[in-house]
Amino acid sequence: MTAADVVIVLLGVVAVGGGVLVVGTRQLVHAALWLVVSFGALAASYVVLAAEFIAWVQVLIYVGAVVVLLLFGIMLTRAPIGRSEDLDSGNRIVALVVAAATAGVLVTTLVRGFRSAYVPIKDRVGSGSTHTLGASLFQTWVLPFEALSVLLLAALIGAIVLSRTDIRGAGPEPEEKPEPRRRPTPPRGPVARRLGVAKRRTDPDDEDTIVLSRVDEEI
Amino acid sequence: MHLVYPVVIAALLFAVGMYGVLARRNAILVLMSVELMLNAVNLNLVVFDMRWADRLHGGQVLTLFVIVLAAAEVGIGLALVLLIYRNRRTVDVDRLRALAEGDPDPDLDVGAMTDDEGTRR
Repeated sequence: MTAADVVIVLLGVVAVGGGVLVVGTRQLVHAALWLVVSFGALAASYVVLAAEFIAWVQVLIYVGAVVVLLLFGIMLTRAPIGRSEDLDSGNRIVALVVAAATAGVLVTTLVRGFRSAYVPIKDRVGSGSTHTLGASLFQTWVLPFEALSVLLLAALIGAIVLSRTDIRGAGPEPEEKPEPRRRPTPPRGPVARRLGVAKRRTDPDDEDTIVLSRVDEEI
Repeated sequence: MHLVYPVVIAALLFAVGMYGVLARRNAILVLMSVELMLNAVNLNLVVFDMRWADRLHGGQVLTLFVIVLAAAEVGIGLALVLLIYRNRRTVDVDRLRALAEGDPDPDLDVGAMTDDEGTRR
């Protein structure tokens, strides 16, 4: 084992351990924070693998943008911040069996295939620098790059259209007067009690109720 | 550097992500697990780019493309999750059974669209 091997094994332990905690923790916000740990360890292992530009892109986009976006999603869906017991589905055992089988097949195949593959890492230094990668990206791969920019634009417009509430599809009924916005019906019955949905009081004099329902509508 | 270590790490990370996709109930946790699987693929691409080291650098460029695709995917996915939450007040994928076949459990089906009289549409 060379020094690079030792470093990459240690970083891999951190990355896989962070991943296990992401899928195993009982607190939703902690899952996002363990995701940061896992992605950070992966970025460090990209540096070891002589791909430093990819490492910085990983830090900027994944740790910087994607995790923050996921935290926004957690906050906006009003997930319970503390410990919650029902984050795991009923088919957990099946999932465990499937994942273990996948890991077994993949690891067996890869170990048998690459047991003796060796790359001297000193020859590869600089192969992932910004200069090399930028030249390759804008000479050879410029057409996929432009297509990807169009796709990003489409995804941006799609996300805006999905999250705005004042855009409606062309419905069959003509809208003459602005229809009052329909408030989503809160779930009733035993499920609602289990979810902890409080019964909304409909007393019009109660100002707190009105304020609360307005906050509800905003979200 | 021996290639077997990073490759095995990528396989394990992929399996962990697959367990998360199958076992978690919250839709945002499912999205996080998908990100883990995509990162495992990225690690594989970087490793094999280092192995072959061709002039086109296809592995690293494809890694960049996958990162951009993952960012677009998580943006759209979170917009969809928020839309589902706004309409149905839950993001529990076990309870969103409107497309499931078989006898639907009415107690589980929080998401059924009910109007004000409580009748199903």
